[in-house]
Amino acid sequence: MNREQMVLMKGNEAIAESAIRAGCGAYFGYPITPQNELIAWMACHMPEANRIFIQAESELAAINMVYGAAGTGIRAMTSSSSPGISLKQEGISYAAGADLPCVYVNMVRGGPGLGSIAPAQSDYFQSTRGGGHGDYHVIVLAPKSVQEAADLTCLAFDLADKWRMPAMILGDGMIGQMMESITLPEYKDPASLAAKSEWSVGHMHQTHRKPHRITSIILDPEELERKIRSRYERYKKIEAEEVRFEEKNCADADIILIAYGTAARVCQGAQQTAAGQGIKVGLFRPITLWPFPYTELEAISKKGKPVLVVEMSMGQMIEDVRLSVHDKVPVNLLSHAGGVIPTEEEVFERLQSIVSGGSK
Amino acid sequence: MKRGKITIDDERCKGCGLCVRACPMHLIAAGTSENSTGIFPVIFLGKPDTNSENCIACGSCYEVCPDTAIEVYELEGDDK
Amino acid sequence: MKKTYTHPESLIRVQTKYCAGCGHGVVHRIIAELVDEMSLREKTVITNPVGCAIWADLYFDFDSVQPAHGRTPAAASAIKRILKDHLVVCYQGDGDLAAIGTAETVHAANRGEQFTTIFINNAIYGMTGGQMAPTTLVHQKAATAPLGRDPEFPAGMGYPIRMLEMLATLQGTTYLARGAADTAAHVRQLKSYIRTAFEAQMAGFGSSMVEVLSPCPTNWGVTPVQAVDMIADKMIPCYPLGEIKNTLPDTFRKKQKGGAQ
Repeated sequence: MNREQMVLMKGNEAIAESAIRAGCGAYFGYPITPQNELIAWMACHMPEANRIFIQAESELAAINMVYGAAGTGIRAMTSSSSPGISLKQEGISYAAGADLPCVYVNMVRGGPGLGSIAPAQSDYFQSTRGGGHGDYHVIVLAPKSVQEAADLTCLAFDLADKWRMPAMILGDGMIGQMMESITLPEYKDPASLAAKSEWSVGHMHQTHRKPHRITSIILDPEELERKIRSRYERYKKIEAEEVRFEEKNCADADIILIAYGTAARVCQGAQQTAAGQGIKVGLFRPITLWPFPYTELEAISKKGKPVLVVEMSMGQMIEDVRLSVHDKVPVNLLSHAGGVIPTEEEVFERLQSIVSGGSK
Repeated sequence: MKRGKITIDDERCKGCGLCVRACPMHLIAAGTSENSTGIFPVIFLGKPDTNSENCIACGSCYEVCPDTAIEVYELEGDDK
Repeated sequence: MKKTYTHPESLIRVQTKYCAGCGHGVVHRIIAELVDEMSLREKTVITNPVGCAIWADLYFDFDSVQPAHGRTPAAASAIKRILKDHLVVCYQGDGDLAAIGTAETVHAANRGEQFTTIFINNAIYGMTGGQMAPTTLVHQKAATAPLGRDPEFPAGMGYPIRMLEMLATLQGTTYLARGAADTAAHVRQLKSYIRTAFEAQMAGFGSSMVEVLSPCPTNWGVTPVQAVDMIADKMIPCYPLGEIKNTLPDTFRKKQKGGAQ
């Protein structure tokens, strides 16, 4: 990192600025804590950059503005937090069903219902198991730091365009609010982005082509099945090509910590404490939650060492961990909910008791 | 008074009868033979060659037809 | 012979799925005629709703975007802001516009978004089999109001909503007109309202909406001819026709009058 080009930024603002640099042409949002700095940044800087900004009347309206904008081929984005993301699920399902690229950001807070405004990871199921109705997936990217949030925002736009589907940044209130020194991504000129004119609407007069219809309705069940299956062929390719994760010291570890986002930052601290005490702790951090790194995690589990999943939820990612390891190793859970963040000490004590306590 | 005629697309007409109601000259009537979908399309009773009781090319049938099944022609050179 | 009333180019020549006597077909034709007259076929995008007009995209020879129920104005807002030089038509029924989509309708109107909304008001939910709509008349029977719409409690079914009159209070609205698709004379008047709205849009004015009182023989349980009579007898007394709001500048109106047929 070039220290001279580094800036101290809040996660929410870094995501917003990175989106602009990635060529985001339209942003639509609605205020909700803890991501209000994102919409405020966009309100300021999108018009400056000659892009479109609307504060919509609701999260429902915002995701549908994204749907319309995405139909024209522009890079379109919205952001919210858990309750607002629930509202958006219908629109996301429609975007998936119409094969529209778009990006949305969830800065997760404690739920269910109105919940708390503190950070949580309880929207994992919502993000990776659909969330909206129907057979579909969205690409889920989970940053652990402000830098990674900035970088993954750019990646989200690229992947959404590449695979013609929604992509999301799954953050949490901690990542949104904390400030770290980062290097912002390079500017991409929106005019230089691929036009998507083989399917997008607008500018028929330039090529005199046939009309394009953006829609997700297919009444004939067999035809709809064919469409869904072809979409799943695409998903298979994504699972083969786009998995991202980080692993540190898993090779000869006595225990593997598995966590993402803020929980992974906490685990990093526990890992360091453990190293100081001579306990070998590995950390496996999925970055793409969909596609999930099942194969890579299975390989690591072959060493036979116990696993401790640390989640700010009642245990959601742990199900994907269990699917990866096929009960070959003991899978433990350290969970907190409602916006409570586990401490490094807590994680260390727990992993210590698993490693030395003898039982698991 | 203008003079004219209409053509009716039998396969697109759904036999709703709104043109029958709209025609001021009463020159459209319910049909008696089916099209390929089992509908009885309306028929045009006008005879453009005669002088009286004829289509005046007003376009009312066209305006009310929900299926744009009617096209209207005007005889040229007629300006009585 | 010369053809004086002809099938518009922008309307696809195919039998529609709409019922015999449905008002959608008339309005589709008017839109297609205007798109042809204004030479905008390759610069038009229609957002079509959930409802019977879920099929509208099949019948127009231009681009379309079909979003979730009620969100049509949200999608249209984004599309018009991005494709500023295109004609953007937001086509909705009474459920899409006045029930599930009320917030989107009000806020797009309030922002003065520059697309034109075509609001097909048949006082009932067609596609789903005749349930009560926000615009269903008092005492009118519907699948979810089998004894008729009763505003009194305990039924508490509310009153028919005059959307245009409500939207007229918003500063962002410029042209709001109500027509009917019953008689030839009304259809011609309706076309002139929609033409005004489209031309206002292309001249940069917003927001504009034309409501169309439309027959629904199937769900009103009558023949097409009876349905058309019911528009005059029952609907127009509740929903008066005319330009409910027209704050387009005089220069626009003068220019428009001169150019209109």
